[in-house]
Amino acid sequence: MWARVSRSLWRGQTSLARLLHTTPRASAIGFELTSEQQEFQRLAAKFTQEEIIPVAAEYDKTGEYPWGVVRKAWELGLMNVTVPPEYGGLGLQLLDEVIVAEETAYGCTGITTALATNMLAGAPVHVAANHDQKKRFLGRMTEEPLLAVLRIDSDGRERMSQPAVPSPPSWWRETALDLPRARRLSQQRAVNAWSKLYVSSAKAVRTFDQEWNMGQRASNTSALSFEDVVVPEENVLGEPGKAFYYAMGAFDKTRPAEPYYLGVKVSPGNHIQGDINEEIEGLYVPLVCSGASPADVAMGAVGLARRAMDEATKYALERYAFGKPIFQYQAVSQMLADMAIGIEASRLLVYRGAWEADQGRRNTYYASLAKALAADVANKSAADAVQIFGGAGFNSEYPVEKLMRDAKIFQIYEGTSQIQRVIISRFLADAMKSKM
Amino acid sequence: MSQLRVLVGCKRVIDYAVKVRVKPDKTGVVKEGVKHSMNPFDEIALEEAVRLKEKQVASEVIAVSCGPQACQETLRTALAMGADRALHVEVSGSEYEGLLPLGVAKILAALVKKEEANLVVLGKQAIDDDCNQTGQMLAALLDWPQATFASAVSVEGEGLAVTREVDGGLENVRLSLPAVVTADLRLNEPRYATLPNIMKSKKKPLAQMTPGDLGVDINPSLTVLSVEDPPVREAGSKVEDVDQLIAKLKDSGVF
Repeated sequence: MWARVSRSLWRGQTSLARLLHTTPRASAIGFELTSEQQEFQRLAAKFTQEEIIPVAAEYDKTGEYPWGVVRKAWELGLMNVTVPPEYGGLGLQLLDEVIVAEETAYGCTGITTALATNMLAGAPVHVAANHDQKKRFLGRMTEEPLLAVLRIDSDGRERMSQPAVPSPPSWWRETALDLPRARRLSQQRAVNAWSKLYVSSAKAVRTFDQEWNMGQRASNTSALSFEDVVVPEENVLGEPGKAFYYAMGAFDKTRPAEPYYLGVKVSPGNHIQGDINEEIEGLYVPLVCSGASPADVAMGAVGLARRAMDEATKYALERYAFGKPIFQYQAVSQMLADMAIGIEASRLLVYRGAWEADQGRRNTYYASLAKALAADVANKSAADAVQIFGGAGFNSEYPVEKLMRDAKIFQIYEGTSQIQRVIISRFLADAMKSKM
Repeated sequence: MSQLRVLVGCKRVIDYAVKVRVKPDKTGVVKEGVKHSMNPFDEIALEEAVRLKEKQVASEVIAVSCGPQACQETLRTALAMGADRALHVEVSGSEYEGLLPLGVAKILAALVKKEEANLVVLGKQAIDDDCNQTGQMLAALLDWPQATFASAVSVEGEGLAVTREVDGGLENVRLSLPAVVTADLRLNEPRYATLPNIMKSKKKPLAQMTPGDLGVDINPSLTVLSVEDPPVREAGSKVEDVDQLIAKLKDSGVF
């Protein structure tokens, strides 16, 4: 069996199924994607190859919002994957969504993050809105490629808003500008600070100058301010006073709230064109609390790691040093093998996390495992890819330095790697205590 | 004109981006574990057929593929792109290795009669064998008019007006229906299968049959003796001046 395996490896036949000679039998665990999921995967891979990869480097240089790509992705249905069909979405499961996410992330994680916006902002609507509200708001997102952003502010009002003008949308910046205040707020039982959850449509939104980040630059990050926005009664989602719970995840597909997720953003005096007069202070809650984003995000890390591995492997087979391809030096190929180990493991963990959510269970434990592992794998794989490219890897004419810059945020957003480990260890403690 | 029933050929070939390698035993190229997809010219053909349906010129688009089980993947993609039905003519193993354009043309001719199709759109050639024969042979077997290398197709009265890309430039022809058209690169830009369409395609019918069911004999008339790499490019040589160049050319017998 080993002879067969090594021979086919040397012939470069890369199909894993062939190496493993598997014929799927019915059993409790399955690792095969359905043929429909394989079609989704093929479509997403094709889209990535033809629409994302050719433009990714350019968007990274300019930081411009990838409207063209977003629109095309929206037309193919890649953006409203889990919105229920009665509101115009595909009503697919989280597992289907993460399969697509890995493929687009392979092309560019910045663009993938931009594509993921709707899903994140739509989460409170999924959770707290009644049928009519869902129809109105989710329906608008599926009718045309509008972008929604999630915003939470100080007197407890959480809003989803849609820029009426086709201007680049903005992201929330998580910066702990005022830690003492943040702590005070959380001690004051921030729960009470959250009163209403509703949807608003701001007419014109001015943003600060866009932030210039280390990576994922196509996903525009900037500060937003909403002022003097009138919210009609019928736009209030759920019950007043419960916004915190909705936001923090008393719902199945999201992660539960943890007070240490609170970050504070104070928006200095700024004015929005139109009828504004007051300043609003924001208590921004990082997006980690909303939606099924941990699994999605973790899968983005897997896609990035896979890209790093592919680029580095290809380079190692082509670049010669001292008469042979550098792949044949074990110091190089060992790094590639480690990338493969990490990718397969983290992908399976993400699948598990997504699957748990699809079963209607709280997937916190698996989502945290997946995010923690995937983020670390992505960072190591990207850094090793740069290493394998050598000096060229450090240079912007080669694709791997971008991967290394893009990878870092995975250890930070949607819950830092440290937080993930805190969550995991709490599960361990709870599980053990119940047996002691 | 009455609405067209369009048959479209969709061949499963090695993906265009793959670097094809010859098998060490020289019996063919490496196919196992290699990425396959629909022949790009067939995608263009299918796109044209679907557009005819959207213009309500065609009433039904039927996708056909001849080959092993894996062809059903290609057919699913065709359904997701807008075909109404799919037909898989199963040909496997060594029979498939020996399947040539004439055999495929015979199968398609039989299907045309069975399905009562009145327009067949094929890709101009497949990117694995580059034969560029199936469409022409099919038209001959059916005794139908043909327009190959189409870069534009439109309905004109009771027939079609087709612009063909030929060596000298562009040629405009008019054909009566029923007819065979083969698609060239610039005919259109194939659409992506959207996620909703992929889901809908699950419900569309895919029928399977063998050449025998259609009464077709696909016995190959050719045997492949060996498949080899093209010869490695030889180095050239540099010359010092024009006189030397002329001397070398004279020596080589060029003039």
